Amino acid sequence: MTNTTDTASVDERIKAEPLLARLMKRPELGAIAGLVLVTGFFLATASEAMFSLSGVLNFLSPAAQLGILAIAASLLMIGGEFDLSIGSMVAFAGMIFGACVVNLGLPLILSIPVTLAFAALIGAANGLIVLRTGLPSFIVTLAGLFMLRGLSLVGLKWITGGSTQLRGIREAVEGDLLTPLFSGDAFGGLFAWLAQAGLIESFPNGTPKVPGIPVEILWFVGLALAATWVLLRTPAGNWIFAAGGDATAASNSGVPVRNVKIALFMLTAACAALLAVMQVMDAGSTDARRGFQKEFEAIIAAVIGGCLLTGGYGSAIGAFFGSVIFGMVVIGLTYTSFDQDWFQVFLGGMLLLAVIFNNAIRKRVTGER
Amino acid sequence: MSEPIIKLDQIEKHFGNVIALNGVSFDVRAGECHCLLGDNGAGKSTFIKTMSGVHRPTRGTITFEGRPMSFSSPRAAMEAGIATVFQDLAMIPLMSVARNFFMGREPTRGWGLTRRFDVEKANAITMAEMKKMGINLRGPDQAVGTLSGGERQTVAIARAVHFGAKVLILDEPTSALGVRQTANVLATIDKVRAQGVGVVFISHNVRHALAVGDRFTVLNRGKTLGTARRGEITSEQLQDLMAGGQELAQLESTLGGTV
Ligand SMILES: Nc1ncnc2c1ncn2[C@@H]1O[C@H](COP(=O)(O)OP(=O)(O)OP(=O)(O)O)[C@@H](O)[C@H]1O
Ligand SMILES: [Mg+2]
Repeated sequence: MTNTTDTASVDERIKAEPLLARLMKRPELGAIAGLVLVTGFFLATASEAMFSLSGVLNFLSPAAQLGILAIAASLLMIGGEFDLSIGSMVAFAGMIFGACVVNLGLPLILSIPVTLAFAALIGAANGLIVLRTGLPSFIVTLAGLFMLRGLSLVGLKWITGGSTQLRGIREAVEGDLLTPLFSGDAFGGLFAWLAQAGLIESFPNGTPKVPGIPVEILWFVGLALAATWVLLRTPAGNWIFAAGGDATAASNSGVPVRNVKIALFMLTAACAALLAVMQVMDAGSTDARRGFQKEFEAIIAAVIGGCLLTGGYGSAIGAFFGSVIFGMVVIGLTYTSFDQDWFQVFLGGMLLLAVIFNNAIRKRVTGER
Repeated sequence: MSEPIIKLDQIEKHFGNVIALNGVSFDVRAGECHCLLGDNGAGKSTFIKTMSGVHRPTRGTITFEGRPMSFSSPRAAMEAGIATVFQDLAMIPLMSVARNFFMGREPTRGWGLTRRFDVEKANAITMAEMKKMGINLRGPDQAVGTLSGGERQTVAIARAVHFGAKVLILDEPTSALGVRQTANVLATIDKVRAQGVGVVFISHNVRHALAVGDRFTVLNRGKTLGTARRGEITSEQLQDLMAGGQELAQLESTLGGTV
């Protein structure tokens, strides 16, 4: 018995794969195609102002706010789970944050970690319940959706003595060293200089029309890059794909599936809390309706970005583009003559298209016919 | 003869009211191939899963390298040097061959924040190991779902051989393989055994078992029927034991001795 094999280095049974076919296998392709389509649509129908610097930042800001949720949700979906409670978590974390800042008078350096930790703890509880019971995360976190929303209402009334809104946050965080990291615009100096140099539009008095880049956009981009790096270039990324692809097979191959899933639930909840911190600081107040239905929008953005509902496949950069599409459509319609309420129709249509497209891609990748 | 690497004593495994294993004892020594034989549903897969940390035994003890051991997870068993080819292969169809190969044990380079999955190394090792097994992969980034059944099985075997430092467990690894690949797997078992690895080999094919086995243990309905050394037992006796005796003799007469 010998171990010799023919070692032709190129397999004669492979046709050279055209670039397009190779691109077709990338999960984020659909989202990029969608982005091109939507951009084309608005270039044709919207007023020019939409694609000016201020117009672009105008739609990137809501895109970023959604994207912070959607990128985390996409990681969780790739890991094979859902979290429907993230929208309610935004309200709940907003309440915790508000109470820390206003009622307890804590500085941001304490309030923000406390808020994130609180959220992560609830995320971990979600994960533990899902793993312990073996129930679908869909149903477990649906319960969370209602409980957290209800707790936010009850809690806010208790804290404020009857109101579902907690004010006074802007005053409380004013002057805190960390405030510029989580609210307002970044690179103000650069924009002022650019305006003076006449490179960007400015008001007659010389101040730029766009004071800077809203910080949430920077968080959004940073998070997308970090998530993509983790997914594609680290062992943890491999574990996320494996845990979502087939939890038993992954576990039998030595992937710590439970830890991976719980970490993902914690991350998703913490991202919702991060968004809450930013929104609350920007608005100066928090109320119990914050984040309403954001869980669905986040999941839709993740699906448009190429995530399979069954897990094990998708991309964070796809969720990034999915969120940008989202922001473009919501804001873009106001630059056109269309009724803004077309937004929902558009959203549903996008989702349907994306699911059909993703399904076809999956079959291509797995070689199913 | 040397001490066993892993020794399982009076293992029982119950699933609710199903008694899958009812007191099975088994051991593997360094440099031997111990075959585990038995009919469908005899409990072979359940047994090796207790050995590789998937199941915790309901009763019974496991001794690894002389010390009592209770693997809390497959990962713990792997870290101890036990690698397994499961009957269902434990592969993720949507992931590439290289990512499957190193799933749970990714090679990394760099430190701190730049510590990353060494994709080039993973790809190169995967291609080389697969070539050794007689399979020319189209590419390391091909999804496992697009492989043929035998190719997939070969990836699982190559992976276990690569990581099986002390014990290599193979649960019907040749069920989907062609003639050349089967010969390759048997030769590989022979090779790793010579390197001092203890091999547990499950097969329904008596010829394959006899070709590489040093010892043979037959399971039947969750119990050990007995263990025999190479040379102490003929192929016919082994077949009879595996099928529980008379029925096969009857079948054989109706089929004219072709089984
Ligand atoms: N998770 C489980 N829950 C309940 N019963 C189980 C479970 N796993 C195995 N069994 C039962 O244990 C018995 C032994 O199964 P096992 O898979 O170990 O058989 P096997 O010897 O590997 O068979 P085969 O040759 O077909 O692979 C079977 O009767 C099976 O139904
Ligand atoms: Mg079996």
